[in-house]
Amino acid sequence: MNRIDKTFKDLKQKKEKALVGFVTAGDPNIADSLDLIIKMCKAGLDVLELGVPFSDPTADGPVIQRSSTRALCNGVNLSTVFEMTKSIREKTSIPIILFSYYNPVHAYGAEEFYHKSIAAGADGILIVDLPPEESDELTSCWPLDDLALIRLLAPTTPLDRMAKISESASGFLYLVSKTGVTGSDGLDTKEIGIKTKELRSVTGLPICVGFGVSTVEDVSAVASVADGVVIGSAFERIIEENLDNPDLAVILAKKTGEFKKATKIN
Amino acid sequence: MNNNLIKPDRIKPDRIKPGQPDSKGHFGPYGGRYAAETLMPALLELEAAYNKIVPDPVFQKELNDLLCHYVGRPTPLFYAKRLSEHLGGAAVYLKREDLAHTGAHKINNTIGQALLARWMKKKKVIAETGAGQHGVATATAAALFGMECRIFMGTEDIQRQSANVQRMKLLGAKVIPVTSGTCTLKDAMNEAMRFWVGAVRDTFYVIGSVAGPHPYPAMVRDFQKIIGIETRKQIIEQTGRLPDMLIACVGGGSNALGIFYDFMDDPIKMVGVEAAGTGIKSGKHAATLGEGSVGVLHGSKSYVLQDKDGQINEAHSISAGLDYPGVGPEHSLLKDSGRANYVSIDDKQALEAFYALCTLEGIIPALESSHAVAYAMQEAPHCSKNYIIVVNLSGRGDKDLGIVSSNLEQGV
Repeated sequence: MNRIDKTFKDLKQKKEKALVGFVTAGDPNIADSLDLIIKMCKAGLDVLELGVPFSDPTADGPVIQRSSTRALCNGVNLSTVFEMTKSIREKTSIPIILFSYYNPVHAYGAEEFYHKSIAAGADGILIVDLPPEESDELTSCWPLDDLALIRLLAPTTPLDRMAKISESASGFLYLVSKTGVTGSDGLDTKEIGIKTKELRSVTGLPICVGFGVSTVEDVSAVASVADGVVIGSAFERIIEENLDNPDLAVILAKKTGEFKKATKIN
Repeated sequence: MNNNLIKPDRIKPDRIKPGQPDSKGHFGPYGGRYAAETLMPALLELEAAYNKIVPDPVFQKELNDLLCHYVGRPTPLFYAKRLSEHLGGAAVYLKREDLAHTGAHKINNTIGQALLARWMKKKKVIAETGAGQHGVATATAAALFGMECRIFMGTEDIQRQSANVQRMKLLGAKVIPVTSGTCTLKDAMNEAMRFWVGAVRDTFYVIGSVAGPHPYPAMVRDFQKIIGIETRKQIIEQTGRLPDMLIACVGGGSNALGIFYDFMDDPIKMVGVEAAGTGIKSGKHAATLGEGSVGVLHGSKSYVLQDKDGQINEAHSISAGLDYPGVGPEHSLLKDSGRANYVSIDDKQALEAFYALCTLEGIIPALESSHAVAYAMQEAPHCSKNYIIVVNLSGRGDKDLGIVSSNLEQGV
């Protein structure tokens, strides 16, 4: 069984929901980034989303944009991300999902991207601006289906489209909690409950909910309806506020532990 | 059309018509819909509305009435006699889009899209703008239809095109300064897309060029092709035949596709002029088709200025409207097929053409359009007197007076 399926199966047995953490690769610098990610994994992260920085992140709010810019200033590219993935894989067995915009992947080449991802120990990829209508050009170059292409669903996605998207999906589904960019305020947990239920009627895959989840209370609320909770901007904000703080990794690990606790039901 | 009258061209173009994109919006390998899932349903809704509403005779009549009585179409086709004599070769004609309401071709598209928004019962519109012409044209259409309007504009462009910022505010639009990235058109488009992701349920995004995800490239071209349709009729009325060469500037490429499109099947040379900024070799330019490579930016696949890692490079041009590291996907297909040629003109050459048109014809052109004029000035002297060049004079230059006078002071 692959790492993604195994993780969600194990969590279900333990009556826990997945804590999915997004961190941009190489922010505040490559060494500290590696250190803080490994500490977060040890502190309770169930799935890691490793962000590939991009110059024009149109789906992200200002916090992740700035993080992306800092990583690019550190010279981070896909080769760096693969090296980091390899180092992280040596220290943890949790699933690693690469999170990217399409252009860097397109420039790298679909087939090469697949081989490097697998070799580095990545389990999946999520590409924000590659809807199912366009994704064949990427996946048709992959020799095997052992790299999951994580699909996004939005609050605006109608049910028939949800069904169609889920059909070709693997790993888990990422349900965007609201219209808007990452890190924007306000979470309508009632709406999330309705959407999750709707999505569950057309898929057996685990459902993770993200965008705008920032407090322990948010995590508890989302965990009560979904199979996983994605935290991105809340982690990135801590990084931004502690760029020169030697305790950054410790602060993040502590926060990860608090969030993880909130994913345990009863 | 009486093609017998066309004299043999120096360069024989391939007879390739790009035509309509496929059902997913691909022009050959380009175009498509590379958008976040939140926007996908809105793009599918827009495509359905575009296919159903725009061909409706009632919509077409409303649009044509507005183009005629509000925009002031048809715009004139003017024989630039003194410029032609000065150059001593080809006869140069100017398609006077600068005389359209608000001073540029952009209004053709914004009236079309705003009307479509009204038919779709959307009461709010947003737009990105570089030079401010598309912003002004969107604010104008929004005022005309009583819609709420927000315009996203980079702070660098707000500074160099301040007159247009004032105009947008007078027209009741809210101008949102964009401070991310390079603070120019690319970043304004990023920010407009971010806002749209949050407001997609009740807001119509009026994209200003033949770029963006499907159906925008085809839709914007269809609202701009009136330029070429009129040009064909007017040049035949005035000279009895078709022109030999069409020249238009290319940022995203809407005025160029607008004048090219109706001539695709004719043996006419088409030239798109990109901005060479301070020179191609300086690296500070906006020659996306000339120097870029294939990538995905702002929802479609096309040529893009990017580094080896797929990060988007900064574009540079004296003209804010050409200062964009992407280009419409149909232009990429036209380039690859050889149906159109793409060249570049630098800041200095554009300024020289700007002055020439002012003093020789009494027309102050936009700096964007000055790039097209500059290429005509390069080519015309090598052509015979019966050779006809039509330049799309896409906009007027009032907005550029500040930047031109500051360059004058610096002795450029």
